[in-house]
Amino acid sequence: MSVVVTPLLLFGDVKVGDELPPLDYEVSATTVVLGALATRDWRPMHHDKDFAVVRNGTQDIFLNTPNQAAWFERYLTDWTGPHGRLARVTFRMKGSVFPGDTMSLRGVVESAEVDDTGCGFVTVDVKLSVDGDVKTTCAARLALPTTPDDNPWARRGDRWRPGPSS
Amino acid sequence: MTAATTSAAAALEGMRALIGQEQYHEVGEFPVERSYVWTSCASVENGNPLYWDEAVAAEVTGGPIAPPSMVSVWFRPHHWAPGRSEQALPLQVHFDLKELFGLPEAVMTDNTIEFHTPVRLGDVLRTHQVLRSVSEEKTTKLGTGRFWVIDVVYANQDGDLVAIESYTGFGYQRGAS
Repeated sequence: MSVVVTPLLLFGDVKVGDELPPLDYEVSATTVVLGALATRDWRPMHHDKDFAVVRNGTQDIFLNTPNQAAWFERYLTDWTGPHGRLARVTFRMKGSVFPGDTMSLRGVVESAEVDDTGCGFVTVDVKLSVDGDVKTTCAARLALPTTPDDNPWARRGDRWRPGPSS
Repeated sequence: MTAATTSAAAALEGMRALIGQEQYHEVGEFPVERSYVWTSCASVENGNPLYWDEAVAAEVTGGPIAPPSMVSVWFRPHHWAPGRSEQALPLQVHFDLKELFGLPEAVMTDNTIEFHTPVRLGDVLRTHQVLRSVSEEKTTKLGTGRFWVIDVVYANQDGDLVAIESYTGFGYQRGAS
């Protein structure tokens, strides 16, 4: 069952300032509840509108953080293909995403460097916005193959350094 | 000194003793499984062939893995399990702090995850939590309360570090409106 999978994106293809392909998605109550279920997050503000409004004081149920992490991962790996390996992500929640919102994900490459072990890392600043208001930011560091034969997933131990670059 | 300030002082002392301590060592209730990987991918329409195509997974990751961002999912228990009397809460330290400070509401404001060894189907992960810091009392548009930072450390059954997740939470009392 061996196949040759050619990397979709190489480290050398990426320049600081590059924009990732945009993603727009219409969020429904189903999106929110499906995301809560998919992350086994049973807290009521992610499925019970009365609880969200009366107890949390929000306008509706809202996307939970772990599911937003899955949205950011999908956005990033749509761009890199399967060889892209996430190293580190930082999310900052500034506002909530509700049913009826169209969320827009936009990403810009902030840095690109090869570490001491030869691993090619890029950092990408991703913003999730609704009607131009930034709801969540994601600073992502991920590894890309430096050559068609390189594979960041093959790295382990001291050859995989996902922490912030020093 | 009023009763309220005495109890706040006791809460602060209790909290300080916990900073840096490993708490809530737990082993996952179930192994990492493909159907939940698909549930997650379906929820965000993630078509990465690593999770859908055996041949690609074999070639790129040496066999199927779970999406890295799912790491915390493996510790969120099912809503019910036979014989379980109490609902185990992920991020128990967060709920402990809410109770300690008497803050009924809480949100997560900030979340960092660093990914190490990939999570593979069949893995049974283990975890512990470490409280890193708690802020002074602050007032935001949500209400008055405190920010805190909690690390969740994940390892696999072989003891390999899988991920370190760091959460910032804000526990608060809603302001009078």
